[in-house]
Amino acid sequence: MSATLTAAPPPATRLEHALEIRGLFKEYTAGKPVLKGIDLAVAAEGITAIIGPSGTGKSTLLRCINRLVEPTRGEIRLRGTELTGLRGRDLRLARRRIGMVFQEYNLVERLTVMENVLSGRLGYVPFWRAWLRKYPEADIQRAFMLLDAVGLPEHATRRADALSGGQRQRVGIARALMQRPEILLADEPTSSLDPRTAVEVLELLAKLTAAENVPVIINIHNVDLAKRYARRIVGMAGGSVIFDGPPEALQTHHLQAIYGGEDWL
Amino acid sequence: MSATHPSPEAARRVAFAPNWPMRLALLAIVAYAIWASSRLGLSWDRLGHGLGEGGRLLARMVPPNFERWGLLLEGMLESLQIAVLASAIGIAISLPLGVLAARNLSPWWISGPVRAVIAVCRSLHYVIVAILFVKAIGFGALAGTAALVVASVGFIAKLFAEAIEEISMKQVEAIRATGAGVMKVLAYAVLPQVASRFIGFCLYQLDSNLRNSTLVGIVGAGGIGGTLFAAFKRFDYDFVAAILLSIIALIFLAEIISGRVRAALR
Repeated sequence: MSATLTAAPPPATRLEHALEIRGLFKEYTAGKPVLKGIDLAVAAEGITAIIGPSGTGKSTLLRCINRLVEPTRGEIRLRGTELTGLRGRDLRLARRRIGMVFQEYNLVERLTVMENVLSGRLGYVPFWRAWLRKYPEADIQRAFMLLDAVGLPEHATRRADALSGGQRQRVGIARALMQRPEILLADEPTSSLDPRTAVEVLELLAKLTAAENVPVIINIHNVDLAKRYARRIVGMAGGSVIFDGPPEALQTHHLQAIYGGEDWL
Repeated sequence: MSATHPSPEAARRVAFAPNWPMRLALLAIVAYAIWASSRLGLSWDRLGHGLGEGGRLLARMVPPNFERWGLLLEGMLESLQIAVLASAIGIAISLPLGVLAARNLSPWWISGPVRAVIAVCRSLHYVIVAILFVKAIGFGALAGTAALVVASVGFIAKLFAEAIEEISMKQVEAIRATGAGVMKVLAYAVLPQVASRFIGFCLYQLDSNLRNSTLVGIVGAGGIGGTLFAAFKRFDYDFVAAILLSIIALIFLAEIISGRVRAALR
């Protein structure tokens, strides 16, 4: 499917862009692209939700941005910095500007909650400070502030593997915000959580990123949650963007085009 | 027909296929064992004769003779020093080697050669390595220590690498995404996942080095082994018994201590 079913010009394009993606291709095996020329500009604020069936390249798209996955070709610009082709120190300096929240939280299980939150500063502090846990006082203050904000004020010294799923994702959000990121990528952040916890975590993510003016790109399976929290929905299918517009514009026929079939609706 | 009643065909179906290769292999092993023991002259007569000789040796070992305790203590302490030093140096070398050999963290052109080095360290028995070192750098504790360092590297560097290959890469990915470099990823994402297993391996290697350090002396590489070998050659079987009892006591002590440490880490 190649035609973009754009319902209305996304309001986001009028604002300054935090992230611009142009002509992004990714092939894990040569000749079989997972991403087929993605063009996407993300505004400097608000939540952009990417929806689409499993295996359509949503995770690959997010991972190309912070280069956990190497794009095959295309451009990705973070506030003017070209991210593709960065290596070594330059890549690390770019990564620390991009926060990421993962589906399975990806906390370091055997470290404490505080160590996990402070690991968000690893791109900023020298190795010896990280090794000896001698973080700058300002970082520690911010870590406690974020733990309060995500509702885990008493858990700083507990090990991450002692927490529940919802608590872990809260720590994951605190770790990402600890980076003071210019953009936050969230890859299915609520898919491993029960429905009520999912809403609570998403609510928290929306509130904190709005308070800190961090734009968010979120991959999400739950279309209702996407419509509720995002100001813009991007629908992907078969490695291409086939819908891009505000939540109100997302109609049944768009969903049929994105997910295929109609019996499930 | 209701689904819960087996049909006549179902009764004839086989739930477990006969494993003919396994049956044939077992048969072959038994046949080979019988043939090999007849070739080696292992008969009940030979066994009875051997047991009689063994009884005479045991009789001469009792009571153990601790009169030369000074010599015994000196040898035991040297063995202990060899074991502790070899373990410490071996662990220090194995840590970086283990990381470099782990195929999930190192590119193949690094992990391949490093794995080869570790395999070479493993391939020769430590007594052979000890003989080589005695010939190369002379009699004494240095040769024994060097031999056990090689053995330790061959063993724990491989275990380190395998432990690192089993870690969750999701945690590594998350730490990488914060902009952390190699050393910070090792300190925050890899080490926390493997630290307790590493300590277990190190304790195990210390145990094993204690045992091995009592033997390298036999080839002249220092420690209680030399004293033991000399006592055997002079037919001082009561002193031999004293040495063996001391070794057993040392190993037991080491096992108890390392068991306690391991339990505390869990």
